[in-house]
Amino acid sequence: MNTFETVIGLEVHLQLNTDTKIFCGCGNIFGQAPNAQTCPVCLGLPGTLPVLNKKALFYAMKIAMALNCQISPYIKFDRKNYYYPDLPKGYQISQYDFPIAKNGFLMVNAHGDLKKIGITRAHLEEDAGKLIHDTAVNCSLVDYNRTGTPLMEIVSEPDMRTPQQAHDYLTALKLTLQYLDISDCDMEKGSLRCDANVSVRKMGDAKLGTKVEIKNMNSFKAVKSALEFEEIRQQKMIAAGERISQETRLWSEEKQATFAMRSKEEAHDYRYFPEPDLVPFIVEQKIIDEIAHSLPELPLQKLERFISRYNLSSYDAGILIQDKHLAEFFEGCAQLYSENITPVSSIKNNKENRDNTDHTHILKGVSKKITNWIIGPLQQELNSRKSDINTIELKLEDFVKLIALVESGSVSNLVGKDVLKFMLDSGKGPEAIIAEQGLAQVSDTGALEKIVDEILNEHAQIANQVKEGKESAIGFLVGQSMRKTHGKANPKLLGEIIKRRLLNG
Amino acid sequence: MISKDDVRYVAHLSRIHLQDNEVDHLAKDLEKILGYIEKLKEPDITNIKPTSHVLPLKNVFREDIVRPSLKQEAVMKVAVSHHNGSFKVPQVIE
Amino acid sequence: MNLNELTAHELRDLIKAQKTNTTDIRDSLLDKIKRADSKVKAYVRTFDTPKDFKEIDTAAGIPISIKDNICIKDQETTCGSKILKGFKSPYDATVVKKLKQSGVSFIGATNMDEFAFGSSTENSCYGPTHNPWNLDCVPGGSSGGSAAAVAAHEAIWALGSDTGGSIRQPASFCGIVGLKPTYGRVSRFGLIAFASSLDQIGPLAKDVTDSAILLNIIAGHDENDSTCAEVKVPDYTKSLVKDVKGLKIGIPKECFIDGLDPEVKTAVMEAIETLKEQGAIFKKVSLPHAQYAVATYYIVATAEASSNLARFDGVQYGFRTHPEQSRRTPLIDMYEETRDKGFGSEAKRRIMLGTYSLSSGYYDAYYLRGQKVRTLIKNDLDKIFEECHAIITPTSPTTAFKIGEKVEDPLAMYLSDIYTIPANLAGVPAISIPCGFAKNGLPIGLQITTKPFDEETLFRIAYTYEQSTDWHKQKPKL
Repeated sequence: MNTFETVIGLEVHLQLNTDTKIFCGCGNIFGQAPNAQTCPVCLGLPGTLPVLNKKALFYAMKIAMALNCQISPYIKFDRKNYYYPDLPKGYQISQYDFPIAKNGFLMVNAHGDLKKIGITRAHLEEDAGKLIHDTAVNCSLVDYNRTGTPLMEIVSEPDMRTPQQAHDYLTALKLTLQYLDISDCDMEKGSLRCDANVSVRKMGDAKLGTKVEIKNMNSFKAVKSALEFEEIRQQKMIAAGERISQETRLWSEEKQATFAMRSKEEAHDYRYFPEPDLVPFIVEQKIIDEIAHSLPELPLQKLERFISRYNLSSYDAGILIQDKHLAEFFEGCAQLYSENITPVSSIKNNKENRDNTDHTHILKGVSKKITNWIIGPLQQELNSRKSDINTIELKLEDFVKLIALVESGSVSNLVGKDVLKFMLDSGKGPEAIIAEQGLAQVSDTGALEKIVDEILNEHAQIANQVKEGKESAIGFLVGQSMRKTHGKANPKLLGEIIKRRLLNG
Repeated sequence: MISKDDVRYVAHLSRIHLQDNEVDHLAKDLEKILGYIEKLKEPDITNIKPTSHVLPLKNVFREDIVRPSLKQEAVMKVAVSHHNGSFKVPQVIE
Repeated sequence: MNLNELTAHELRDLIKAQKTNTTDIRDSLLDKIKRADSKVKAYVRTFDTPKDFKEIDTAAGIPISIKDNICIKDQETTCGSKILKGFKSPYDATVVKKLKQSGVSFIGATNMDEFAFGSSTENSCYGPTHNPWNLDCVPGGSSGGSAAAVAAHEAIWALGSDTGGSIRQPASFCGIVGLKPTYGRVSRFGLIAFASSLDQIGPLAKDVTDSAILLNIIAGHDENDSTCAEVKVPDYTKSLVKDVKGLKIGIPKECFIDGLDPEVKTAVMEAIETLKEQGAIFKKVSLPHAQYAVATYYIVATAEASSNLARFDGVQYGFRTHPEQSRRTPLIDMYEETRDKGFGSEAKRRIMLGTYSLSSGYYDAYYLRGQKVRTLIKNDLDKIFEECHAIITPTSPTTAFKIGEKVEDPLAMYLSDIYTIPANLAGVPAISIPCGFAKNGLPIGLQITTKPFDEETLFRIAYTYEQSTDWHKQKPKL
């Protein structure tokens, strides 16, 4: 089938969301007026010196641990020397031979399969400024606000074999980082940048093909598209007997293709040497322990726990964990809901027998309901409002209350969805909305019998079909009854009444 | 030991344009100086660690607390050439 | 005597006794500068009294002169280079902040070898400074302007910087006191860097007492400098005692090299006798790797310098120019032309040497090897300080040479730092004090070196010698 094998490695640069820059006290906020968030240090003015932001180092170690890396006990910084207008000192303070972390991995959950992608190394460095090319005035403009933002560079092993895997790796990485709350991971804002290294070889070849570097991809989708384009380009060349040049190519979103860089990129001689203005860092075991202790539950851990504790399917759990806050919301709801239920068994036996196993049992029972409400109606609302659980105005108690009201029959499922809409619009609780708008479910059998009379009259033909054995048509009649009551009728009761009338008597 | 081509290459690495007579002159000077520096091959450096920091200082940090930045006007005052709050340079071709 | 001819501690006493004030002292200095500086050329610019200047009635309220590589807010700071002409720093160096806090006003910026690259103050874009003892001679470098100003009474005291001897050697050539503190004793924040692991700011003064007072003000921890030590600053004036009984001082056998001027040797030997009479005990010691100090320095220091000077590229501040005809791209042309026209020849030489020693294929043979030999030199000194309190040597192998004499021979120029460089490589403190004159009337300097953060012993020995002699009272007649 496929006679070629693609080998992909990714280099990700992440901006850390510390309050200040890595080597100076300037704020670290995106979108300020040009050069309004700079100081002599990050401008690289003569005579200035760097001092390391402790939090940046700790964040970097946290990321390294979450990526299962070995933390180096001895950390030092080095100068990477090159000339570019966005690099004010003429060198970047980075790490060369003693990076913070090495030899880690990320488990990537790709459509049910778990693939282990190796992480070669991760290190801390300072970001450069922003260069804008103004062709109108035939010049380039430099804004140094971004200079000095702490960056974590994460280099993966060339373990990915398809563009989809690369996409999955980025998704998994972004999710892990969201859980750490250390980076915004926004490719559009530039807080996450990705370069790819891709080579193609004949299947079975031990030797790697020529590595091509791809830059200028501004979204995860672009990374996938660029890699798809590039692997085909390289396959075609190899098949035609052409040699692949080791080069850097830029992805064009407009043209959906990669192009060799216009200026011949000379091999940089970065002349790395130890940064004399920064002293080394000895990482004591107690610091590593402290950081390990401060790690939150990571995505895969939460996934496993949701499956076992809440008896969720891996599909459902997989959806919930995609957003850490949504997952937390789910757990909060599940806990609150289960706490407010009196277990049937303990009423039967003895209230004092209520214990953990009962609670766990209840938890498992309610979780499916709650998950359905979250993944279904709530997610729909979030999508249509282009929002997420953090920005929406929804109290956890109100949501739980709504679900309880639907479960108890006070309001129908269908109407419940409307109530949710009104809750999100107004910020009011479900009871208030139901009362104000008279949305309470009609469960009064008298009233329901009257509705059924009307419906059976209006749809006599269908009623006959039911009598003749087509039970499935009951659903249609229930639906019509619901319409008549604007969704307020209790559909379960309606179904029972219709069934009784048509089939039993 | 150090040719004129070496000098031109190092000059480019250093982003300094040298006139031809400067290249000649520097080649001679550097040859002489590097010749003297050959001395460094004499001492035995087996198992000697390099000194990049002369004080045994370790773990010097700063807390993550915001300090006031310079105002844009103050930064532009320093600039050789600027436009709308940014530093202006000849067009960079990519 | 005129006010400008007094020492800072004498002026302090007069201020305390309300017999004078800062304004009168400033006027006296500015008057002398007007009369003498056209000959000495110690200053590159003088400053008016700042509008917000407050007279503070403290010991430190004496006007000071600053080497042109230390940043003063809103003042031009050019490091003696064309490439920084017009650059006005938007911030104060930490030492400047400390001086301002103690009520010091600044008289002016003094001349220096461009970016501190030099031992003669001939490499300045402003032209050379002249030695006040003999105007045909160099004042030493790179802090030659500061040294000459103090010697000529155009300054009461001054700050310089020392990377390989740039405070001590000019102090020696000009017959004044120059101290390089322990690396990390004084903040480097605001000192335009030459070699980051070697640079230190230090005092140039008329006598040891003034040197101690000035170090008291500028020393101390700075949170803006990661390499600045958190070691408590003692009151260095308490070390100004005439007592060296029982102090062990080493004389390295390697210091009596071939190029050592016999008159310098004689003066230093006599100084040793004077200290012996005061009770110091001398012993022969060895610095077996001292012969590699100059070579090590010129690899390590230039490597760091080549990186530190990469920022001078015409992009942000200072000087910028373009070639008449395009060569590569507009941007690269700008870089290359700016740096060619903006840097002097010594600066270019050092940047090239430094870049070369860091470049691919040469790093191990040059830079890495240099850092390892540096360890050997440091170990030599550490070992001596286990048995001795101090080391004594000449500051320089010769007295001040003629202007133009060594400019064509960079290697010969580099070798004049042979005694001063080891202290920078090891990060230890060292002081140069006047110890006599050659027959040609030029001053001779004596250097004392101690272990890290032991400036107290340094001052004790220096003060004892100084007070046993008259050299410090002698100043050139201009």
